[in-house]
Amino acid sequence: MVMTSEQRVEASELAGKGRSPWADARRRFFRNKAALMGLVILGFVVAFALFGNSLAQWSNEELDYNVMGQIVELGGPSFESGHYFGTDDLGRDLFARTVQGTQISLAVGLVGALIACVVGTLYGAVAGYFGGRTDSIMMRLVDIFMAVPYMFVLILLLVMYGRSITILFAGVGLISWMEMARIVRGQTLTIKGREFVEAARATGVSAPVIILRHIVPNLLGVIAVYATLLVPLMILTESFISFLGLGIQEPLTSLGALISEGAGTIAYGTTWQLGFPLLFFCLTLFGLFFIGDGLRDALDPKDR
Amino acid sequence: MLSYILKRLAIAIPTLLVLIVISFLLMHSAPGGPFTSERELPPQVLANLNAKYGLDDPLWKQIGSYVWGIVSDFDFGPSFVYKDRSVNEIIAQGFPITLTYGLLSFAVAVIVGVGLGVAAAVRHNSLLDYVAVGVSIGAQVLPNFVMAPILVLVFTLWLGWLPGGGWQGPEYWIMPVIALSTSFMASIARITRSSMLEVLTSNHIRTARAKGLPERRVILRHALKPAMLPVISYLGPAFVAMITGSVVVDIYFSTGGIGKAFVDSALNRDYAVMMGVTILVGALTIFFNLVVDILYGWIDPKIRY
Repeated sequence: MVMTSEQRVEASELAGKGRSPWADARRRFFRNKAALMGLVILGFVVAFALFGNSLAQWSNEELDYNVMGQIVELGGPSFESGHYFGTDDLGRDLFARTVQGTQISLAVGLVGALIACVVGTLYGAVAGYFGGRTDSIMMRLVDIFMAVPYMFVLILLLVMYGRSITILFAGVGLISWMEMARIVRGQTLTIKGREFVEAARATGVSAPVIILRHIVPNLLGVIAVYATLLVPLMILTESFISFLGLGIQEPLTSLGALISEGAGTIAYGTTWQLGFPLLFFCLTLFGLFFIGDGLRDALDPKDR
Repeated sequence: MLSYILKRLAIAIPTLLVLIVISFLLMHSAPGGPFTSERELPPQVLANLNAKYGLDDPLWKQIGSYVWGIVSDFDFGPSFVYKDRSVNEIIAQGFPITLTYGLLSFAVAVIVGVGLGVAAAVRHNSLLDYVAVGVSIGAQVLPNFVMAPILVLVFTLWLGWLPGGGWQGPEYWIMPVIALSTSFMASIARITRSSMLEVLTSNHIRTARAKGLPERRVILRHALKPAMLPVISYLGPAFVAMITGSVVVDIYFSTGGIGKAFVDSALNRDYAVMMGVTILVGALTIFFNLVVDILYGWIDPKIRY
């Protein structure tokens, strides 16, 4: 095989000093243009969510009585009135609302992914480590859970126990730990046969400690990849429920709820009410998907 | 093959039972009964109502008769809100509509997605490939609830080509189908492309080319079948997501499918209808996963039953 100059440089570096797999992954990630672009986009969205409020001239609760009743004529985006993104149907500043919605959507994504990761990792690692009958019962249960139409059950829960934000956060996370559990179990099966696990077992380390100290750290790469890919899915789920009017409730809002409001009023010609939340929704998902793909390529090179 | 199907069925049936029992327990534990309303009912009336609907029986008996009703007569019981309608009637009204645009969307997603993916892989690194990859990345962030308002904005409000909602004829089908299928089409195209690229470098394709087969035949006969495996395993989750997405379509385009029944019942706290829809969707999911498993076993010669 003819080496490209890049590969030759890599090979000579390889001979020079050892590199950790993490450093390797970092190099691969930063060489990936799409992933870098994702990082920039996400950085912008996060900055918008964190510092947007200090730019806003209106709070997200104030009603602008000047535009009320004439939203179509006066509520559009303008710098003069201080409504950079226009106002919503009630005369509230859409810029501040979009900042708030982005904050909540990002928070739901992170918390949901975190819950899914913790539950899925522990479940999968326990099933894979103990193996045998425990494993087959636990994984059969996962099979059963996967056939449950979770979106419907989550809506059922939200309706029955009140639409609290806690149930929404937890429910969104509990929807998707199953896939994670399967992946982690598969990886655990290959790791538990290694010498260092055998050594730990031989020196009398207890099973929970082996799982937490020796197996889970070795799975971090895989977990990181799927966690990043889970965040946008969580945001999608939450937005879906909020779009139906069954999720986040006023005065809180999320990007999905804002899209829903905007979609409800486009017939009057207030396109900005749909456009700006939609823009930030798409940017967030774009950034996260690109970063997730980049991480997967960087940390899991065989799965390209 | 038969024993494999039976084995899958043996898993599917308990799954369905678990689903029914879980949703029943959920409903049972919900705060407030079905007859809780603003106006306090006299205790006598409440007792009579409870007796009529069998709500004074012990829990196991209620579960038993609910499950038995579904298994023996496919009967989901009466609606809690509409006194004169059963859950079956409410579902039966919307189901054919959901089925129509659901199947259409599914077909569009699979046919266009696979076509785009194969074309992109065959013309790897060409303009077509870049366009296909671009489209599929772009469409990934356009789920149904984003597509629906955009489509209405463009085709109804700006261009005035298509009706914005309702369910009267084929022109009413176009926007729901596009809204529902876009993001799945994109995923299918992506999966097809990468798996096709991998298959095209494998030995049996080189052999097929070496013995002088025309390229068309190599692609369609030899490469397509193995390349479909990852796509087929994606179809299960995609189907579930599509049913879920039908809720948005029903709401936004007023198509009147079961999604409408579901959201209406969610807002009315009509638990019986919600459970009926949930169980129906669960049953469809389980059935569809079964079909996917069988298809998978049929295509992949490595799977032995």
